[in-house]
Amino acid sequence: MGAGTLAAANRLSIVAARAALAKGEVSAAELAELHLAAIEKTKDLNAWVVVAAERARAMAKAADTRLAAARQGKGAAGLLDGIPLAVKDMFCTAGVQTTASSRILEGFVPTYESTVTTKLWEQGAVMLGKVSCDEFAMGSSNATSAWGPVKNPWLRKGDNRPLVPGGSSGGSAAAVAARAAMGATGTDTGGSIRQPAAFVGITGLKPTYGRCSRWGIVAFASSLDQAGPMARTVKDCALMLQAMAGFDPKDSTSVDRPVPDYVAACGGSLKGLRIGVPKEYRPDGMDPVIDRLWEQGVAWLRDAGAVPVPISLPNTKHALPAYYVIAPAEASSNLARYDGVRFGRRVPGEDLTDLYERTRGEGFGAEVKRRILIGTYVLSAGYYDAYYLKAQKVRRLIADDFDAAFRQCDAILTPTTPTAAFALGEKQDDPVAMYLNDVLTVTVNLAGLPGLSVPAGLSGEGLPLGLQVIGRAFDEETVLKVGQAIEAAARFEALPQVCA
Amino acid sequence: MSIDTATVAKVARLARLRLAPDELQKMAGEIAGILAWVEQLDALDTKAVEPMTSGTGQPLRRRPDVVDDGGQPDAILKNAPQATAGFFVVPKVVE
Repeated sequence: MGAGTLAAANRLSIVAARAALAKGEVSAAELAELHLAAIEKTKDLNAWVVVAAERARAMAKAADTRLAAARQGKGAAGLLDGIPLAVKDMFCTAGVQTTASSRILEGFVPTYESTVTTKLWEQGAVMLGKVSCDEFAMGSSNATSAWGPVKNPWLRKGDNRPLVPGGSSGGSAAAVAARAAMGATGTDTGGSIRQPAAFVGITGLKPTYGRCSRWGIVAFASSLDQAGPMARTVKDCALMLQAMAGFDPKDSTSVDRPVPDYVAACGGSLKGLRIGVPKEYRPDGMDPVIDRLWEQGVAWLRDAGAVPVPISLPNTKHALPAYYVIAPAEASSNLARYDGVRFGRRVPGEDLTDLYERTRGEGFGAEVKRRILIGTYVLSAGYYDAYYLKAQKVRRLIADDFDAAFRQCDAILTPTTPTAAFALGEKQDDPVAMYLNDVLTVTVNLAGLPGLSVPAGLSGEGLPLGLQVIGRAFDEETVLKVGQAIEAAARFEALPQVCA
Repeated sequence: MSIDTATVAKVARLARLRLAPDELQKMAGEIAGILAWVEQLDALDTKAVEPMTSGTGQPLRRRPDVVDDGGQPDAILKNAPQATAGFFVVPKVVE
């Protein structure tokens, strides 16, 4: 590899970087240095909470040793040996501060490692550091992070106002789009992988609920949270998922079934595959360009041999209000553990109750407090049936809609978001307006299904737009296959204005 | 069902969240707005619907009732804001 190619090696896909590493054209140490420099160059985005430079160098050195041994026929390299990744600040990382982008966890240094990151390191991936997110993953703009908003590396044509990268995995999205990490972990409770992936022009996969272990991930809404990969190609996401997925006895909702070959699934034929097109995924205020892109996506899949089928998911419009009962209810319970006693921030009080109230009052930001209050309210005596039980019933209707649809089709194609990225500061005054960002993604979490966002085109203002592929539970293979076909047809190669 | 400032104050107490008076006022307005938006679900007939209570659609797996971890007091106390002699320290709760 020539000097010029090496200098731009941070722009390679994971698949291409693996090949270069295997052949010794580039070393893991060089890749780590390139990315540490890229982080520095793009630091104005405010994507990183912790840059773990020394750890990255040590992990890269160990990867180089394994890669060299593999080249001499002594053992096999890991699936991700030498690949530099960013880790969302929701994943506990042993010895490296983990805050969920909340002041209440400032200075918290876990003594244990999440299962998903453990599996990535076992495959040789290199941790560059921790990336910002909305506080406790509650948000769609990364603006609720205690460490300040993250900027989208993209700008509107002729407009220098900073845009949001989406959320909650906004730091993950910005870092990968700006070529400061080859991939990142995300978590997705209502759209937190797919919406930011769409806003920055990268690929993001929310796996089936139960596919990736939740152990060691800061809990938000436990029946909806799922970890997944964010990267620049579908196959890169497949590679990362290969490492991340699998049964974990430490997560009681982890599902014990074999992990298929996700990489092999990419690129298969779509011949005869039925693609559902739900008529309800056209909310008021959706950008007409997105509607046209969706039609284009259907045409691409038809050209690839698939058969589009009109379907109906009649309860779609009820998903978001049901989500904003269920997610806060679970959050209010999960976040009860932040008490200023066992870990994280403490604000002294006159007595124990005073200590709890001050610690939580000062430690949590406004969006988190709002959700704890809503959750506590809908679970309280007299309101439980009217709100929480009602929402759980609506959740069943949403899941039933998908069951019925998947009798007519094998995968579903929709837009990922109703609009492109918006400016920092927009939609901050009205919580419901912010919640509407997730209107096309939240159904997938309620039903526990896999969903993939693939960059498919640009808006009139020159911003990336994504299409979403939804599959049957544990059928990530079909989702990846369809995603790969969209990627191949869309040929999305535009780069953001901020790009290392 | 509208929610007023007194109700939010009561819920904040239940959730052990100290809110400043102006914060309480603002939260009450926002929460009332969110709940009013959620109440569109009332129009949906769900009498015959079973609630969905899990993300997997399968019963929670149980593990054998055996000790499989422990003996790590230092690791457990490592992030405590205040600890002494192997214990978490809190303000006095019993006179």
